Amino acid sequence: MVSSMHSPSLPARLPSISPISFTLLVVVAAAFLASIGQVAPSPERLAAGAPRMAELVGRMMPPNTDPAFMQRMFWRIVETFQIALVGTVFGVIISLPTAWFAARGISPLGPFRHLVKAIISLFRTVPDLVWALLFVSTLGLGAVAGTMTIVVDTIGFCGRFFAESMEEADKKPQEALQAIGANRVAVLCGAILPDVMPSLINSSLFALEKAVRASVVLGLVGAGGIGQELKVAFDLFQYRNASAIILAIFAIVLVMEFFTDRLRAKFQ
Amino acid sequence: MDAAFQDALKQAATINVPTAHPRLPGPFGAEPIIRTRSLGKSYPKGPAVFAGVHLDIRADQRVALIGSNGAGKSTLLKCLIGLLPSSEGEIMTLGESFHAAPTAAQLQRLRRQIGFVFQNHGLVSRQSVLTNVIQGKLGLPGSWRAWHQSLADQAWREEAMQVLAEVRLADKARARADELSGGQAQRVAIARALIRKPRLLIADEPAASLDPAVGRDIMQIFSDLAREHGITLVYTTHDMQHALDYSDRIIALKAGKVFFDAPTGDVSLRDMDGVFHA
Repeated sequence: MVSSMHSPSLPARLPSISPISFTLLVVVAAAFLASIGQVAPSPERLAAGAPRMAELVGRMMPPNTDPAFMQRMFWRIVETFQIALVGTVFGVIISLPTAWFAARGISPLGPFRHLVKAIISLFRTVPDLVWALLFVSTLGLGAVAGTMTIVVDTIGFCGRFFAESMEEADKKPQEALQAIGANRVAVLCGAILPDVMPSLINSSLFALEKAVRASVVLGLVGAGGIGQELKVAFDLFQYRNASAIILAIFAIVLVMEFFTDRLRAKFQ
Repeated sequence: MDAAFQDALKQAATINVPTAHPRLPGPFGAEPIIRTRSLGKSYPKGPAVFAGVHLDIRADQRVALIGSNGAGKSTLLKCLIGLLPSSEGEIMTLGESFHAAPTAAQLQRLRRQIGFVFQNHGLVSRQSVLTNVIQGKLGLPGSWRAWHQSLADQAWREEAMQVLAEVRLADKARARADELSGGQAQRVAIARALIRKPRLLIADEPAASLDPAVGRDIMQIFSDLAREHGITLVYTTHDMQHALDYSDRIIALKAGKVFFDAPTGDVSLRDMDGVFHA
């Protein structure tokens, strides 16, 4: 028996889309299809490149294990770590007050916090290789330029995430301390920082991981570290040296991620 | 000024007590620690939260401020101690007289003499109980070392242990605040207020989020410690029994007005029932 009662209308399988959203989708799809023809590799080109890649890999084998080279590489790795560690620590230290100045609702600078936020955005959006070129031009070749690059890069990264964490900190302890007359610094140190500490440690460890990866490539533009050895190896066609350096970089990043993962788990 | 107060008091008698309700004794005692005249609070484009409030709260009293949700209890409490600016009237709290809001210097002097306990306790969850109690010293002169127990003066650390013992939580000094039960957290909040050696203790719904037995325990601690230390206690509550058991005086707010203001012994459950029902 068919019910004569009016049944509610069945919802559509897909959500409706506005004309503006539909137009935007079409534009993005057209831009993507047009770009494929200009920048994506063709199958023929990939096929032609494969034998050359195989030949290059063949010339890289076996990686150079000459003791003198290994010793030189070891000290370059140490330098890479130094750049990453010193740059990250200074960057994190500077990021703390910077993030406080930029954070909505807790900044002591009022509307001027937007200026600090803009500086953090500038540090973050300009790529680290560009900062490295700037510092190599102003401070000269070597590790100091690399360290400065990591400092700026870390402020751009941690400044943003620290500020977001501070904005999301539990408001009740802050209100409780404000009510008894605690000043802004006391509220920051007594209530906000303890509350967001796991998040700050997490962001700092990610910044360190990021700094290790960045400091590896900074050498390509003369800012010190193992990257400088890699550039020399490719420039002089020393492919066995290059493969040894690439393996070393892989090991560095892997070890770094292992330790930072463990530290993150500990501080949660 | 006194003549104006006298006039205001006469006006209060007509505003605050509905004629249909039995007239209860008004303000009593000398040396008020809190005095208000024609106090009102409203927000732009909104109705008045309360208006025409006249209060005289004497030192050493335990005062329960009762009323239904939205009656303006918490707002009144905040106005009395300068945490919120009032819209009209005069306030004199702990010797500081002000109109809408106290000056920065007055607010600083007020805060040094007041302890606060909030409904949600407001503890820093990832800090130890000892650190939370010592943070009660923040805002007092030379208090920058009160951020953390490890930085604090030895005398403050010992003082914190003493107040923790008074709220029966000395054994929890090392525990993190987020490991405590609701009742324990509220006792830590009381200890944090007591370490300031306040003349006036303000508590906003201190037992509202606790189960009945724990709520009574918290109110008993409040009441005992206020008596023992000679502290004036002013708290808001929804719980009629808490108001009857743990206060010397009950002030009822209804629809933004003082509905009655009387010694607790003169207030019956029927009187209180009228506060919550039309």
